[in-house]
Amino acid sequence: MSIDVSLAHDFPGFALDVRFSVERPGVTALFGPSGAGKTSIINAIAGTFRPQQGRIVIAGRPVFDSARSLWLSPRSRRTGYVFQDARLFPHMSVRDNLLFGWRRAQKRAERGEIERIIALLGLEHLQERMPRSLSGGEKSRVGLGRALLSSPDILLLDEPLAALDAQRRQEILPYLEKLRDEAGLPMLYVSHALDEVARLADQIVVLRDGRVARQGSVFDVLSDIELPAFAGSPPLGAVIETKIGARRGDGLTALDFEGGTLLVQELNRPQGTVLRVRIRAEEIMLALEEPRTISANNVLLMTVQGIRHDSATHADVQLLCGRTRLVASITRASLERLKLIAGKPVFAIIKSVTVDTQMTPQMD
Amino acid sequence: MTEILTPAESEALLLSLRVSAVAVFAALPFAFAAALLLARTQFFGKTLVDGLIHVPLVLPPVAIGFLLLTIFGTRAGLGAWLLAHFGIRFVFSWTGAALASAIITFPFQVRAIRLALESADKGLNEAAETLGAGWWDRLVNVTLPLALPGIFAGIITAFAASLGEFGAIITFVANIPGQTRTLPLAIYTALQAPGGETEAARLSVLAIILALIFMTLAEIASRRAQRTT
Repeated sequence: MSIDVSLAHDFPGFALDVRFSVERPGVTALFGPSGAGKTSIINAIAGTFRPQQGRIVIAGRPVFDSARSLWLSPRSRRTGYVFQDARLFPHMSVRDNLLFGWRRAQKRAERGEIERIIALLGLEHLQERMPRSLSGGEKSRVGLGRALLSSPDILLLDEPLAALDAQRRQEILPYLEKLRDEAGLPMLYVSHALDEVARLADQIVVLRDGRVARQGSVFDVLSDIELPAFAGSPPLGAVIETKIGARRGDGLTALDFEGGTLLVQELNRPQGTVLRVRIRAEEIMLALEEPRTISANNVLLMTVQGIRHDSATHADVQLLCGRTRLVASITRASLERLKLIAGKPVFAIIKSVTVDTQMTPQMD
Repeated sequence: MTEILTPAESEALLLSLRVSAVAVFAALPFAFAAALLLARTQFFGKTLVDGLIHVPLVLPPVAIGFLLLTIFGTRAGLGAWLLAHFGIRFVFSWTGAALASAIITFPFQVRAIRLALESADKGLNEAAETLGAGWWDRLVNVTLPLALPGIFAGIITAFAASLGEFGAIITFVANIPGQTRTLPLAIYTALQAPGGETEAARLSVLAIILALIFMTLAEIASRRAQRTT
């Protein structure tokens, strides 16, 4: 199942010209600052905005082809659109909202599947309520469920967390992670928040001024020291896929990754569980000799791959640890003192590792 | 009612209510269609159509009555054709009074419904479309229920305005007791007769009470309309 998108449109004072594909089940993030054209792209896929030029193929079915004057209406595209403002029907109960698309779908999910999705989103006890009486987070979950139950070929999420406060965001993220892992649907996730992208996405399409600046796996793109150059200046950090290793007896859990092992506070998870962790660039210190007497648990030998001078005071150092890429942000003074150049081995002292709580599927 | 009102008075009251009810409900589907057209579409000549719909608001009612008489008079034109083929006669009949009221109060209905449609969230319509709902489906299940408070407000306002219609009715269908003599016409008739002031006053009080009831209902309806949108 794949989605191919190529489109071009001239807005007054702004030109959109993009081409990308969403290759497999999983989450592709459409990342970029406001005004980069993210919502126009998602609307073109859903069919609520018609670009001047382009071709869009969803699961092998062309839904738009300007060369053939093909344009399917939104109702026949089988896209599940999750709106930023939920857009629940105010005159219908939560249950009727959830089943609105299901009742109109060509291939309907079975009864058991409906209840499973409602349970997955924790909506069982809300079904008789009216949307007016729901909290922001509950509305988002109903919007998600409504889109899912219409049996779409792709789920389009337009900043579903942007209207929520930080606490509600933390409430919804686990549901989105569950969906990613269990629904088996391609998801296109529009966002301008890098932490959401780092947590949820498998692939990332970076948009800048109406064009695709970069496209690749989040593991490659987010740890790239050139990221600020093509994506504005988001905070840098590496996203790493790890697997819980052998049990230790010292209150720490070992997370194995391609390049070494990270030690984190004990996690109550079985061995072999796949976890995604994030290491921010500011959380890595560099040393030329192995620091043996230090309180940090994670000291790893790495190789400098490249250096980017990102301001008058700081520099970003690209590091390679086995096959895993990381990035460290250090001061220009330190850079000169250590005389770092590409190819030089260094010891990276990792001060802290962020472990996202939700499990991802087993790698093997 | 018979103890308070004379037979002629209750006849005028019931006729007024019947004429207004028929006028408003017969015009409602057309008013909804016109409001939908004006709120949702762009087309060449839209300003002209919008203007034409609102003409009855500014035209003297007597002129409208005269126009209707010209068109529906049974001697010629549409009126003669309707009488010959369908046996339908508007002139000198209460249905003609309803037709005149419907035309005069049409703009009130269109305005209220249009306002409700325009303030209804377009995003909901879009959401329904991505969920597989077609044009009629969206109209019946999303647009119409959301416009309902606006439609109610339109109905009540038009009904109240229709109760007061005088010029168009008397010009088009004359002043026939039990057929076309609605409350305003009955007041006018009472004033024409010597010593009819008491009768006119009684009828006027009746008209005031009716007006108060419908203005209150209209107020409640418009508040509801604002709350839901």
